[in-house]
Amino acid sequence: MRDKLFHIILLVVSMFVPLVCGGIIYSLVTDAYMAFEHFGLVNFLTSTDWSYTPGNEQYGALPFITGTLLTTLLALLFCIPFSMPVSLFVGEYFKGTKLAATLSTVVDLLAGIPSIIYGIWGFFTLRPIIMALNISPQGSSILTASLVLAIMIVPYASSLSAEFIKMVPNDLKESAYSLGATHAEVVRKVVFPVAGSGIFSSYILAIGRALGETMTVTMLIGNTNHMPHSIVSTGNSMASVIANQFGEADGLRLSALIAIGLVLFVITALVNGVGKLLIKRARID
Amino acid sequence: MEKGLKKRLFTNKLTTCLIVVLSALTAVPLFAILGQVFYKGIDQFSWSFFTETTPSVYRVMKAVEAGSPIPGGIANGIVGTVIMLFMSMVVAIPAGILGGAFLAENRKTTMAKVISYLTDLLQGTPSVIIGIVVYLWVVVPTKTYSAVAGSVALCIMMLPLIIRSTEETLKILPASLKESGLALGASRATVMFKIQLPAAFGGIFTGVLLAVSRVIGETAPLLFTALGCSLMRYTIDQPISAVPLLIWEFFNDPFLQEFIWGASLFLLFFVLTLNVLSKQIAKKWKVQS
Amino acid sequence: MESPIITFNNTCISYTKGVMAVKNVSADIARNTITAIMGPSGCGKSTLLRAVNLMHNLYDNIHVSGQILFNGQDILKMEPIEVRKQIGMVFQRPTPFATMSIYDNVLAGYQLNGIKLSKAEKDETVERCLRSVALWEEVKDVLTKKGTFLSGGQQQRLCIARALALKPEVLLMDEPTSALDPIATQRIEELLVELQKEVTILMVTHNMGQAKRISSNSLFMYLGELVEQGSTVQLFDNPKDERTKAYLTGKMG
Repeated sequence: MRDKLFHIILLVVSMFVPLVCGGIIYSLVTDAYMAFEHFGLVNFLTSTDWSYTPGNEQYGALPFITGTLLTTLLALLFCIPFSMPVSLFVGEYFKGTKLAATLSTVVDLLAGIPSIIYGIWGFFTLRPIIMALNISPQGSSILTASLVLAIMIVPYASSLSAEFIKMVPNDLKESAYSLGATHAEVVRKVVFPVAGSGIFSSYILAIGRALGETMTVTMLIGNTNHMPHSIVSTGNSMASVIANQFGEADGLRLSALIAIGLVLFVITALVNGVGKLLIKRARID
Repeated sequence: MEKGLKKRLFTNKLTTCLIVVLSALTAVPLFAILGQVFYKGIDQFSWSFFTETTPSVYRVMKAVEAGSPIPGGIANGIVGTVIMLFMSMVVAIPAGILGGAFLAENRKTTMAKVISYLTDLLQGTPSVIIGIVVYLWVVVPTKTYSAVAGSVALCIMMLPLIIRSTEETLKILPASLKESGLALGASRATVMFKIQLPAAFGGIFTGVLLAVSRVIGETAPLLFTALGCSLMRYTIDQPISAVPLLIWEFFNDPFLQEFIWGASLFLLFFVLTLNVLSKQIAKKWKVQS
Repeated sequence: MESPIITFNNTCISYTKGVMAVKNVSADIARNTITAIMGPSGCGKSTLLRAVNLMHNLYDNIHVSGQILFNGQDILKMEPIEVRKQIGMVFQRPTPFATMSIYDNVLAGYQLNGIKLSKAEKDETVERCLRSVALWEEVKDVLTKKGTFLSGGQQQRLCIARALALKPEVLLMDEPTSALDPIATQRIEELLVELQKEVTILMVTHNMGQAKRISSNSLFMYLGELVEQGSTVQLFDNPKDERTKAYLTGKMG
């Protein structure tokens, strides 16, 4: 009897999570509905117009979807040359040493820094450099945002990959050594193939992080509503356009912003879902 | 030595060097950020910085004209952060612990699997979306931005983190602990509250600290919920400020840009201290169990 | 002994300075024989065996002094890769590379060393090696399958084939049958007896029966010291040292 009551209490409290999730989806869908209805789902997703002239409002999400995908992919590209060495340093080359512990503490701390401070740092330190190098006149650009985003996702990508690299059985590596392989060859031919699916899934989760990152991108991307024509042009990501315009929006524009939120929610949920699934599979292997 | 082997050994050395150099480079941004924020922020630390509220543009202009230092501080943000954190913790900690206990207790059931999946979903949801939703749930019906709305947003962000850390910690406790309790005739509730949860205290505490350090620096979910306010407020039904919100305001206000660094240093100090502290505790706790 | 293939000359191995795992071992290993190294757990037999393949180079905390001569040359002064190409090793647990097919597993040594073979050479090597471990008939139709689908005994034979592919002069085996069932063990033992014609086998074993059945010479180690060495028959029938006697009669771990 008391056990039953205990179970029910736990269950009721746990229903919080499904309720919140359900509520998020419900609210986003109902409030985005106006925009979808007005422009049509496909048209909304593929239109590049974003103008709030009264009487001729046009809202299309493509510039922001593009902005998000571009910043995320670029961030991933910039992140790999650093996160991969870090995960090998921690999980293979200096595995179990003080040096490795120090490096992972440092990298972990990177994950603790709030995104608004990354934004500040990017704005006051990186942006002037981008300007000085004549890469982009205002300094704010998709590239600028991606560079800082890359630093932000290094800890997510590297710490999980390092775990998978650590799990590669020692005798497997020794077998390769006993056949005359060098350390680099063991990494390439044994460690990477064996830990590969785990490493891959770590990067998927890192992408999931980058997709929804808001403040850093908002402060560095330049906040323009047009379609970005190159990586050094200004733009907006889905998250940054919401952060920028949500406060002043109402009516159709508010609905359009919520619709963008819904798209962002769906994309991140898919990416994170796939990442978690792959991680589970990789752990079982 | 044959040529092919020489080349392979060279490649091997080069790989090792590259790994070391690139790994070391990865640590540079941390020190660059900490260094810059500390160097520029420490000058602003003064008694008034922590006790006075955000100055109005008028006051700032006056001060600049007179050549005196910019008056005011971030006290309103500190108070707002404390109020909202407190309110969100009051709900998120017990709910998170009970939710984690549910997942650990009913591991194999469909219900637990669904909740577990949704916890992941919630944890991965971008914070700006939490902001939108809480705006729709709280700000729209009450017709005002408020500390309550901000707390709800922070609470939703903390919840999955606490659920996960509680679940993980309970999972690694030896099964014998629970079984020996049940064998003595104790009810499952007694075993959970008197034996399992106390044994898991270290892990849960770490999880809570980490969750707090994660949300304390969140800006996006507060933008459309707490909004910000330059007055000192202790009420929960009106717009309120928070330290990260202040940084955002300073960033957007050319007159107040100086203040960015002091506020950032203050925030960074708290976030990183909580972060390091929780990891230290986690290490100690793991050794003991 | 005339021209031993391997000679241990005052070989000492220590962990993190101080803890001696192997103390002043001197011994000769005869060509084209099976030599067994026996002893209770922790006696340093695996450590000694691994040193022959310079496996200790992978870990910073292991130091080897003295000499280990291979055809008269000190292994400890040679390039590890050169040594390992000529001295193969088989481990306790079968370690087929999970991401490679059976075919590629046999050729892994060539692939890892960046040696290019023609298709015909590859086919020839795979067949020769798999035949010499008596695995060819069992797997010739599934060569493209992953090596991990095989049974434990088959996997271990695949690993022996992989080590043989590089045509080593010496094969080191670290308790190669301890993870296998009796039938698989017997097959491997028969195989090793066959193989000693082409390659010298130095084997660590926990299993006295195994040493007695297949080895011609034996070394007995205890607490890091080489207590006794000689022909297996003599060591089993007439041990000179009390400690050897105690071990063989089961009075010691």
